[in-house]
Amino acid sequence: MENELFQTLTSLLAYSCIAIGSAFIVIGGIGVLRMPEIYTRMHASSVTETAGSLFVLIGLMILSGLSLATVKLFAIALFLLFTSPVSTYALVNTALVAGQKPAVVKDQTSGASV
Amino acid sequence: MSFLFFFTLSFVLISAVLAVHARDLFVSTIWLGVFSLMMASNFFILDAADVAITEAAVGAGVSTVLFLSALALTGEKESGRRVYRLIPSIALLTLAVVLMIVSLDHPRLGDPSAPVHQHIAPWYLSETPVLIDIPNVVTAVLASFRGYDTLGETLVVFTAGIGVLSVLGFRPKRKAVVTAAQVSRRTVRIRDHLILRVVGKLLIPVIMLFALVVQFHGEYSPGGGFSAGALFAAAVMLYGILEGPDRSIKAMPQVIMLRLAALGASIYIFVGIFGMLLGGNFLDYGVLSSNPVAGQQLGILLIEFGVGLTVASVLTMVFNAFAGRETY
Repeated sequence: MENELFQTLTSLLAYSCIAIGSAFIVIGGIGVLRMPEIYTRMHASSVTETAGSLFVLIGLMILSGLSLATVKLFAIALFLLFTSPVSTYALVNTALVAGQKPAVVKDQTSGASV
Repeated sequence: MSFLFFFTLSFVLISAVLAVHARDLFVSTIWLGVFSLMMASNFFILDAADVAITEAAVGAGVSTVLFLSALALTGEKESGRRVYRLIPSIALLTLAVVLMIVSLDHPRLGDPSAPVHQHIAPWYLSETPVLIDIPNVVTAVLASFRGYDTLGETLVVFTAGIGVLSVLGFRPKRKAVVTAAQVSRRTVRIRDHLILRVVGKLLIPVIMLFALVVQFHGEYSPGGGFSAGALFAAAVMLYGILEGPDRSIKAMPQVIMLRLAALGASIYIFVGIFGMLLGGNFLDYGVLSSNPVAGQQLGILLIEFGVGLTVASVLTMVFNAFAGRETY
């Protein structure tokens, strides 16, 4: 009985993790489509890369339990944690160096850029 | 599974069309990378993990880098105006329609009564444990049963490397006189990005280790010489991108890479000839050891090593030849 409850709870946790990850991915996708220029778009897409994929991977790790698959998923998660923020940084930095200007909204009242 | 297969397959089609359509060649290259990645997932869904590894490593990794380094030499915009000619379009359209009609005659995917599942595949599946005794039947087919084909492929890779070198030149060009404007244009390079260099260098040993696993574990799990060679070359390319091509050429000199490529193909051929000297047929590994099964395993290990050596050194050589040229 207790074991059954434990299994239900872990699968609930796993599926909610996957759902949260998927939600992050959808939000990131919407952001990439809706944001005005590269810097904000990259901000949105980095949400997909880090939070989205990490939550999905954590969910899958909980689902697969203590097995070789978990070790592999952990390795993938570690790899993503290293590479995706770095690739985001590289893209944005290259854009900055190449002279892409961030879209700046002028504040009407004070005249200062916000 | 069928939904996922349909999804990846349609994405393959979309990315192919977009790659052709894009005017910016960098965009086109990225779409080709997406195409290869989707193709790799397709292969994986079809349970062809060996091919999937190779497609992901070569298509999405190595060839994207090669395209980008070629674009660094030429320019990013497609030159000339696009002309749509009537007769070639009609011919291509007819060909596409004919191919689609022909494909209707194919047996359904996974149909057990299809000829391929009646004739040769059951033989491979039933004889591999007896004759070679390795779990990965794909490796057995590739390296032993169809050893001639794989020898041909290895020689094709070798020839392709020689071809690229003969076009791009064996030695990197002498350094041109650099003007101040060009220097300032080139001041920001990847070498100046500390984060990229540190993280990239962390990844290089991991990629190399993975390549070795794929190489020497190929009898038991998906992998083999082709994918391992591509992964190893990818590690060298990463080093070349991070530290500059002159460093990667210094680490892996073109002359030595050429010798290693020839050595890999020679290992393959000599394993075959050695079998002949011991009284077997060309590329019959059974005679290499007193126990035919152990001989087969030894032969597969040796020729896979030869394939891996050739692929790794040819791809490294091609990358160095592209990247070592002056871009201005």
